[in-house]
Formats: sequence, structure tokens, C-alpha cells
Amino acid sequence: MSTFDVQQVRADFPLLRQEVRGRPLVYLDSAATAQKPQAVIDAIVRFYQHDNANVHRGVHILSERATEAYEGARETVRGFLNARDVREIIFVRGTTEAINLVAQTYGRKHIGAGDEVLITQMEHHANIVPWKMLCEQTGATLKVIPVDDRGELVLDAVDALLTEKTRILAVTHVSNALGTVNPVKELTRRAHAKGIPVLVDGAQSVTHFPVDVQDIGCDFYAFSGHKTFGPTGIGVLYGRLERLEPMPPYQGGGDMILSVTMEKVTYNRVPHRFEAGTPNLEGAVGLAAAIRYLRGVGLAAIAEHDRQMMAYATEALEAVPGLRLIGTAREKAGVLSFTLEDIHPHDVGTILDREGICIRTGHHCAQPVMQHFKLPATARASLALYNTREDVDALVRGLHKVREVFG
Amino acid sequence: MSSGSDELKDLYQEVVLEHSKRPRNYRVVEGANHEAAGHNPLCGDQLSVTLKLDGDVIRDIGFQGQGCAISRASASLMTGAVKDKSREEAEALFALVHKLVTEGPESVDLDALGKLAVLSGVSEFPARVKCASLAWHTMRAALAGHSEAVSTE
Repeated sequence: MSTFDVQQVRADFPLLRQEVRGRPLVYLDSAATAQKPQAVIDAIVRFYQHDNANVHRGVHILSERATEAYEGARETVRGFLNARDVREIIFVRGTTEAINLVAQTYGRKHIGAGDEVLITQMEHHANIVPWKMLCEQTGATLKVIPVDDRGELVLDAVDALLTEKTRILAVTHVSNALGTVNPVKELTRRAHAKGIPVLVDGAQSVTHFPVDVQDIGCDFYAFSGHKTFGPTGIGVLYGRLERLEPMPPYQGGGDMILSVTMEKVTYNRVPHRFEAGTPNLEGAVGLAAAIRYLRGVGLAAIAEHDRQMMAYATEALEAVPGLRLIGTAREKAGVLSFTLEDIHPHDVGTILDREGICIRTGHHCAQPVMQHFKLPATARASLALYNTREDVDALVRGLHKVREVFG
Repeated sequence: MSSGSDELKDLYQEVVLEHSKRPRNYRVVEGANHEAAGHNPLCGDQLSVTLKLDGDVIRDIGFQGQGCAISRASASLMTGAVKDKSREEAEALFALVHKLVTEGPESVDLDALGKLAVLSGVSEFPARVKCASLAWHTMRAALAGHSEAVSTE
């Protein structure tokens, strides 16, 4: 394993080198969006300064370079997910668009009245609403795998919920509201045993541990650039080639076609068929730089750092009087959600903010799981590779301050 | 310029904390003839306001719901402030409070606000303005007889 030096990692993130409200910044909101290393910022600047041009169109040198950078980024993502074929990588705006794409193409083609879509109680809205919309459009029914009080999926319920009517299983890899790591490989195995395809929402997972889509065996995998230390407005849908090939197009426009006459449109091949219009070139370049950065640090080392930090933070938070962790699954990554006595999370968030500590408060766009725990909201500290024990210590001091204010 | 700590004290004044812990008029008004629901979708805060309008005067008013200390305290203070006031007076108070929480204490006549002046700290916390105003918007919606839930978004 490569040696992991968190101070060295921190030095790569210029935003972290600042004081806010007169105190050193403590950033514990990477599950909402992650900060960017200098390598990503430089890659985007370099692209604009040297290579910017439209892709797949021009005969000139800049277009060649831009195309090379964009398609090179696709290859970088392929390697990152260990997909078999670069054509299995589709650039989209983010996880949300990736899931909408699958719902509106694969879903509209294969899911109809009387069919069932299976998701889980712990999905965030991006992996609920597109399916709910599909069900409303087609007359299909949304079914839900329940969550227990630890925040783990009730696996005993899964086999009964995977019926002959189930047309897809869509499940998050890591819960953004609880930190639970779901056994997606096992879930895929069970779904595939009944011929049911699986979409895994990887928005919260790819930065915490290595992800191998072939090992998981899933049909679709989605993640966002901005949570992966890359830019916003770029994300990835991985799809197995045999699933993608027969899927109808998503949006219509330039680049997703081979020929257009007023009588007939011939659609382009995968993956270009799903990338209408000028893509987010600098986004793809920035995302590729982020992935190279993560690989440079080492995903195994990052996973070990996350494990140690989660253990340290869990113990430290549990020692705060009145604090209740929401989500105590045996396998967790990156996320610590909690309540503090009857103090509303927004009040917790405001007081921590004055101490220079950024956390997320609210329902985390995952209202159904909040309802399961009968809570309107939680406070959530989320960790990334640049967080230290000192950050956790500052959080704990901040929480004592919250208790003081509310006496 | 006050320090972060002073601003916190301004926001979470004793009176605010006390009203949030023991909100006044936390109930459904019996025989209410006006009601409205308010919702802050980003926070998940929800509250309902019921009131009894006698001619032009708010004879009784109550609220129920869930939210942070600021939204509960503001709701509690609001019910106390507009009770036995005319529609017009309640509207005028709403306008004053709105100015107070968005533009700060220098922008309004604090004496005219009475107890409500404790909400002055909110203006230093732009993210919390919605919390402080939700109950007021809901009260106005109840007066106006709106049946759709009020949203701060």
C-alpha cells in the first residue's frame, strides 16, 4: 500500500488553506460536494488555454486535441470503474441525469403497466423521483426494500420483493444520509438470478473505496464528477454494452446522429447516441484529472484512511452527551449523520458554521429514510480523503458549544 | 463589526431560546375560521396556523408544527404579537419584521416592534431568514384565506 500522508493531501487542495469566520476552515460536507485538488483546477485551465475547441467535428488541430482529451477522459473513467469497453461510459451532467437517462430510455422501453420497479427506503431523491415519474408515465408500481433501525437493508425481504413483475432494481451503493454501504454485489446476484437488471447509484461511493463494475456485475452504475473531486455538470453513466446497444436515444440533437434527413434520422452508435449536443468538455477533462489524482493517492490507501477516520469520528461523536448517531450499519463509509438532543439540526449547523465548521443539515434529499427514523432532519458530517482527526476534534468542540448555547 | 460569537448571542438570545423551548399558543384554536399551512421544503420545516377572526380583529391565534429554534420562537412571538390586532396592524407588523430580519435592526423602528426586536439577530444569518419568516407568511396566508400551503421557496 502506498503511504498516505493526509497533510500532503491537504496541501493539494487550495480551498482548504483558508480561515473562515476567523478560524481555520473545517470542511465536513464532501458528501454534498467535494473540494478540488490543484491538479483538477490546472487541467481545466490548461484545457481552456491550449486545447479548447468543439469535439468530433473539426478538421483542425484544436478540435483534434479536444477530441483526444474528451475521449481520453472516457478511457480514464473506463479504467477507474474497470468497465470492459470504453463504449460503456456515457458522459452526462451527473448522477441525477444518469438515472433519468436509464429510466426514460431503458425504462420506457421495457417497463409498462403492471410491472414493478424496486428501489430501497434509503435512496436519495435522484434515485426515487425518476422512477416515480416512470411509474406515473407507464402505470408501473414502485416497490421499496425496507431499512432496519441500524440503517441496513432488510435483506430477508429482498427475495420476496424481486418478483416476476420486477423489471429493474435500483439501489444506492452508499447511503448519503446514513453512510450505509450496501451489499450491491450480493443484491445484483439475487436480481440476476431472476433475470432482473440492476442499477447502482454510486454518487457517494467512488471516492471512498475502489469500485469494479465487472466484479459487482451490475448493469448500470452512475456517479457525479463534483463529488469525485472533479467539476460540477459532469457525471458518468456506465452501462453494460449489451444493455446500452438496444436502448433508444435519450435526448435528440447534434452528435447523437449518423445522418439526418427530413424523412429519416439514423442514430449514432453507443456511447455517442446518448450524448446529444456539445458535451461538457472541460468537465470531462477535469473529471479525468480528478481520477488520475485519486489513483495517484491510491484508492486502497484512501479506503483505509476513511475506515480509520470513521472509527475515530464515531467514537468521538458517541462521547458527546445527548448525541444520537442515525445510521449505525456495520459497513459504513464517509458519512456521520446525527441528532443532538432536541436541538434542531439547523441550529446545530448555524452554530458550527460560526466556528468555521461546514456540515450539512436537513433531510439530505432523502426524505423517505428520514421518515423511517421519524426525523425531519439530521446534522451530517461527511468525510473525504483530506479530513483529519483535528477536523473531528473541532467538530466535537463545536458540538459542546451548541450544547452551551442551548444550555 | 461583532465577532462570530457575539452574532450567535444576538441570534440565540435568551428570549428566543425560551420561546423555542416553551412556545406560546402552541395549539389549534377552537372555533378557528381561518387557517393555513406553511412549509420550508429545503429545511423540511412545517407549521400550521389557525386563527379566529372577529370582524377585522384577530381574537385568537395558534400554531403547531416542527422546525428549528428560530422558526419556533418566531412563530410563538408572532402569535403573541398579532393577537387582538386588526388585519391591518398584523400586516404592518409583518412588514416590519420582514424588514428587520432581511435588512437588520438599523432599518426599522425597534420600539414599534416591542418583543419582536429579539429577532434582530437573524439579519446576520441570511440562511435563517426563511426560518424566521415562515410563521409570518403562514399567518398572512391564513388571513387571506389561501387554501394552498405557503412555501418559502
